[in-house]
Amino acid sequence: MKNCEYQQIDPRALSTPTATPTSTLPCAGKNPQRLRRKWEVFPGRNRFYCDGRIIVAQQSGVLPLTLGLILVTSGLFFVFDCPFLVAHLTVCIPVIAGVLFVFVVISLLRTSFTDPGILPRALPDEAADIEKQIDNSGSSTYRPPPRTKEILINNQVVKLKYCFTCKMFRPPRTSHCGLCDNCVERFDHHCPWVGNCVGKRNYRFFYTFIVSLSFLTSFIFGCVITHLTLRSQSGDGLIQALQDSPASVVELVVCFFSIWSILGLSGFHTYLVASNLTTNEDIKGSWSSKRRTEELGNPYSYNNIFTNCCVVLCGPMPPSLIDRRGFVPPEDTSQTVTSEMELPPFMSKNDTNMCTQGTKELLESVAHSSLLRSPCNPGTPKTAPASQESWLSTVSGAPTPSPGSPPSGCSGRQARRPIDNPCPQKAGRRAVLHASRPAFHLPSPPYSLTHNPLIFSDAPNVGFIPLA
Amino acid sequence: MLSGPRTATDRANLPYCHESFHNLQELRHSASLANKVFIQRDYSEGTVCKFHTKFPSELDSRIERTLFEDTVKTLNNFYAEAEKIGGQSYLEGCLACATAYLIFLCIETRYEKVLKKISRYIQEQNEKIYAPRGLLITDPVERGMRVVSTQTDSVCVCVCVCMCVCVCVISLTVCVY
Repeated sequence: MKNCEYQQIDPRALSTPTATPTSTLPCAGKNPQRLRRKWEVFPGRNRFYCDGRIIVAQQSGVLPLTLGLILVTSGLFFVFDCPFLVAHLTVCIPVIAGVLFVFVVISLLRTSFTDPGILPRALPDEAADIEKQIDNSGSSTYRPPPRTKEILINNQVVKLKYCFTCKMFRPPRTSHCGLCDNCVERFDHHCPWVGNCVGKRNYRFFYTFIVSLSFLTSFIFGCVITHLTLRSQSGDGLIQALQDSPASVVELVVCFFSIWSILGLSGFHTYLVASNLTTNEDIKGSWSSKRRTEELGNPYSYNNIFTNCCVVLCGPMPPSLIDRRGFVPPEDTSQTVTSEMELPPFMSKNDTNMCTQGTKELLESVAHSSLLRSPCNPGTPKTAPASQESWLSTVSGAPTPSPGSPPSGCSGRQARRPIDNPCPQKAGRRAVLHASRPAFHLPSPPYSLTHNPLIFSDAPNVGFIPLA
Repeated sequence: MLSGPRTATDRANLPYCHESFHNLQELRHSASLANKVFIQRDYSEGTVCKFHTKFPSELDSRIERTLFEDTVKTLNNFYAEAEKIGGQSYLEGCLACATAYLIFLCIETRYEKVLKKISRYIQEQNEKIYAPRGLLITDPVERGMRVVSTQTDSVCVCVCVCMCVCVCVISLTVCVY
C-alpha cells in the first residue's frame, strides 16, 4: 500500500518544464557521449540562462515590472527634470542620480540572477545513511520516529527538520522554498519583486538594492518637488508648472507610493541585519521570548549591532554549492535517481508515518532494483539471480545505481520509481553496450575492476560471451 | 584463486602513487559500490562549517584514529580560515559594496581560494594516506558542505574475484574459438 503511493507518477513533475526540456533524456536519441552540465539535470524549479551562468526562479514574478518602473521613472527624471535642475542648481544632481541608478540596477540584477544559497539534494547513498541513523536512534514500534534532530548551538537547543524533498536534515537557518522547490541556506524569503529567493548568498545584494532604491526614490522625489517648486515660482504657478512638465507628475506618483513601502522595508531589514535575524525567523518568532516560556536568545547573534552588520553584509562570500556549470559524470546517474526518488510533492510536505517508512522501503528497493536488474525484464527486485546477492554481501548495500541503469535516466526529471521503467528492451541493450566496455578492459588498474562484479553478473543474460 | 601480484615487478606496475590522480578518478567512479561513511557537520558553534572529529567505528580496522582525526581537524581549520571574520574579509566586503559587487565577477574571493587549497589538501591526503588503505575521502563541497564522505571499498576481494572470473571467461572464449 505504501509502495503504491510512491508508484504514482506526479503529473506536476511530468509537466514541470525543465531548464532544457530536450536535453535530459539520454535515450531520446541524443548522442550518449555528450556531457551534460549539472544545471541541465538540476531537480529544483529554476530556470537557467547563458549555459548555467544565470539562475532565476521558475516564475519571474514581477521582476519585469520592478525593472520597468525603475527604468521608466529614472529615464523620465534624466530626460525631463535634470536639464532644468542642472541649469538652475548644480550638475551634481544627475551625477548622484546616475550613481544611485547604477547601484540599484546592478544590485537588482545580482539579487535576481545569483544562486541564493541552494543546497544540493542528498544523493541516494547519503539519504540511505540518514535513514539508517534515524532507524537506529528511533523506536522500533510501528510509529516511526519523528523527523527532527535536536542539536546544541551555543548552548541553545535548536531543532533541525528533515526535508522530504531534499532527503536531508536541513542545516540551521535553512528552509525549503516551496516555489523554487529548493532548500536555501539562511533562507530569508522568496521575493516576487526580484523573482528569486533571498538567502545567504544574495542577501547583501538584496539589502544594497532596497537601500539604494530607497535613496534613489527619495532623491528623485525630492528633486522633482524642487523642480516643480522652482518652475512654479519662476512661472505662472503650480498648475502651469505641472502642465509644462507632465513627466514629473508620473515620477511624483510612482515615487510617492514606492517610498512608503521601500523605506519601510529598508528599515525592517536594517533591524534584521543589526540583530542577525532572517525574515523567516522573525515571522515565525523562532527566537522571540514572548512565545516561549524560557528565555531564548538568537544563538547566531554576536550581541553587538556593529559586528552583526559587518558579518551579514561584509562577511566572506560563500561559493555556490550547486556547481551549475560542472559536468555530470557520464557513469553517474545518481542525479536522475535522486529526482526519481522524489516523493510526489503532496507527500513530501507531510510529516506522516507513511512517508518515513515508505521512503526507507523506496531506498531499499532502489538498491535492489538498480543493482539486480536484468536487461530483459522489467525491473522487479525479486528476480535477481542468487549469485548477485552474494556480491551485495561483500559490497555495500548503499542504494546507488549501477552504471547500466539508463531506465532511470529515461525518466529524467520525472518522479517515478526505477522499477516502473517503460522501455526495458531498449534500455537493456544500452545497458549491455554501456556495461560491456569496462568488462573487457583487462589491462586496467585494479580499482576500475570494481565495476565488473555487476557487469559480469549481467553479461550471461545478454549472450555477449559465446559460451559453448 | 588469483590474489595481488606476487613479484616485486608486478607490484611496481600496480599504479599506486605515481599514477595517483588517474587512479583516484577511477576509484571515485568505482566507489558507487563502496561502503560509505558520512561524517556530519558539527553545528555546536553556529553555522560555521565544521565537521565532527569523532572517529567512526566503521573505519576502526582501516585507518589509525589519529590520522583520521588530524585530517578532519585540518579541514575544520581550513574552513575556519575561509569563514574568518576579520580585517581582510571586511575589506573585501566593503570594496565589493563600493563597486556594486561587480568585483566578485573579476576576482576570486578568499573563500574560493581556500576551497582550492582544501581540494589540493584532500587530494594529497587521499594519495598519501587513504588510497593505500583502500579509502577515499570526498571533498565536502561536492556534497553541499553537509558531509565528509569516506569511501571504503573491498578492492582486494573484488579484484581477486574479478580477475578469476576474467581469466575463466577469457580462457573459455579462447577455447571456443
